[in-house]
Amino acid sequence: MIKLKGIAASGGIGIGKAYFIGVEEFTIPKRKISHEGISQEIYRLEEGLIATRKEIASLQKRISDELGFDHAKIFEAHLLVLEDRVLIEDIIGQIKNKKVNVEYAFSESIKKYVNTLLGLDDEYLRERVIDIEDVSRRVLRKLLKKETVSLQELKEKVVIVTHDLAPSQTASLPKENILGFVTDVGGITSHTAIIARSLGIPAVVGVEIATKNIKSGNNLIIDGSAGEVLVNPTTKVFKEYRKKFEKIAKEAKAVHISKAIKARTKDKREIVVSANIEIPEELPLIHKFGAEGVGLYRTEYIFLGRRDLPFEEEQYHAYLNVVKKVKPYSVIIRTIDIGGDKFLSQPTVPVEMSPFLGWRAIRFCLGRPDVFKVQLRAILRASAEGNVKIMFPMISGVEELKEAKRLLQECKQELKEEGKKFDKRISVGTMIEVPSAALTADVLAEESDFFSIGTNDLIQYSLAVDRANEKVAYLYEPGHPAVLRLVKSVIEAAHKKGIWVGMCGEMSGEPLFAFLLVGLGLDEFSMAPPRVPRIKELIRHIKYEDAKSIVERVLKLSTASEVEKYLQQELKKILKDDFNRILMI
Amino acid sequence: MERIEKEIMVNNVHGLHARPAALFVQMANQFDSSIMLEKDGESVDGKSIIAILSLGINKGAVVKMTVEGHDAPEAFGKLEEFLQESND
Repeated sequence: MIKLKGIAASGGIGIGKAYFIGVEEFTIPKRKISHEGISQEIYRLEEGLIATRKEIASLQKRISDELGFDHAKIFEAHLLVLEDRVLIEDIIGQIKNKKVNVEYAFSESIKKYVNTLLGLDDEYLRERVIDIEDVSRRVLRKLLKKETVSLQELKEKVVIVTHDLAPSQTASLPKENILGFVTDVGGITSHTAIIARSLGIPAVVGVEIATKNIKSGNNLIIDGSAGEVLVNPTTKVFKEYRKKFEKIAKEAKAVHISKAIKARTKDKREIVVSANIEIPEELPLIHKFGAEGVGLYRTEYIFLGRRDLPFEEEQYHAYLNVVKKVKPYSVIIRTIDIGGDKFLSQPTVPVEMSPFLGWRAIRFCLGRPDVFKVQLRAILRASAEGNVKIMFPMISGVEELKEAKRLLQECKQELKEEGKKFDKRISVGTMIEVPSAALTADVLAEESDFFSIGTNDLIQYSLAVDRANEKVAYLYEPGHPAVLRLVKSVIEAAHKKGIWVGMCGEMSGEPLFAFLLVGLGLDEFSMAPPRVPRIKELIRHIKYEDAKSIVERVLKLSTASEVEKYLQQELKKILKDDFNRILMI
Repeated sequence: MERIEKEIMVNNVHGLHARPAALFVQMANQFDSSIMLEKDGESVDGKSIIAILSLGINKGAVVKMTVEGHDAPEAFGKLEEFLQESND
């Protein structure tokens, strides 16, 4: 038995036979051609490029249907390589001047560019080489009349072992027959890792010596959570993992069954667990993971990556689609949270020194009521068809909230006069993510129907930490006593005024903090869809009274690490044998 | 024939890597004008993704863009705006 270590890229255990995919080697023939042969070779080049183009376009469509539009976007760059005039001229130049066949000219040109990219001092660009090589292999296959190696024909379930998978290879794999992935290269953000996670297939990447040590047909166990690969395991080890595997499968099934059950504590306190949604492609995940509605629907995607502003009709249909699909549950639509600089109709917006503290979110919206009101009208109209709540981001004081509500009122009046339908009693919430809002929550509660605490920004602002800056990222601590005190005071202020409080930051999806938040009285938890089952399961295993009783002690602790240690110790006492299971879901 | 030449600071978060470079090339190909990008003395065709990638343009890099042709002003305006945009 050999044990190989790699990077844990996608969780779960896979047991089965190895299937080795080697790098495709082409022997590129070099032939001298006559002057008369030139046009024939150029014709073959064109034919090869057109055929490859068709192949990629159909692959792109399939991936888009199966995995979503975003995964298909990489093929755009592939298609551009095929049309690249510098590349094509270079190839034609070689055919004409050196009088060589098209296969040779093509592979020489590609080699030249690949070497240039490999020489750049930029990891991201060096990784793009895999895209260019992927396209060029397709073209060469066409030129050499070789069949595309299709993994679609895999007849039995296997663990794929390879140096690295090209994006288009990963995408064309028959998922139902894949037990896991093992690759020599790659990291947790590599293409294979991302696809594996989105398909829920275990993967260990960056093993470095996987292809040297594993042959097709070897018995393999891969542990995607630990980043381990066992080659030809002993019977004892095999049995051990078989048990683990069955346990995980059973638990996954249990989660699946229990997903429809409400999150209710043992002492019968009902808590809403909902999902954060960024793009409509994520909507199926709401039902898949048993979320009760959408606690944060980010609307930025409608505005980004375009050169004009979306009209009311376009926005209305986008919101309506989400609202209808989530019905009967509710959707909390957050008005746009982006800076003025993102609006291309405003090229004069100055570059800001601190965009996080600058002209963005509600500040931008109040400064540009023409843009804001279009969104408000679209949201209001969508509210006629389902359960819609509206939420304003980055409120720092009550005047902003009042002004936003005044504009909302104006929109309601306009729609009424136009005879258009909307929910007249639509709930209006305030996102609490600026410390000044947290500290004046009692004032804001007078003007709000609910709160949603946006911990990602609240933590950054209150601890003065830019999480994206590696040098200070360690200071980003959800368990920091300052954060916990702010959260506690927000929930208390809201409950005093009789309004409910949700949380849409990552903190609510962390079991340890979720335990504390239940104790603090949080009413709604909203998180990335895959985190929902774990938090629901946790809530079903604890008592509200137990969680409440630890709050006082937690708030007396002085550091984030003390807080986490204490929460872990208390939660272990309560969950006992279930602790590891629930934290692993 | 109009010719516009100017140095531009690239503000796009990811510089001109695969996706933004693809967008730039798609945009550049909508115009008849010739478009050249120059960085560190090396000049390449702005309508070629491979050529642009090989320049390795990161955020903050200064490139010289030369646009020549009947639709040069419009082409220059759009492409300059794209390079200076800070969204991804």
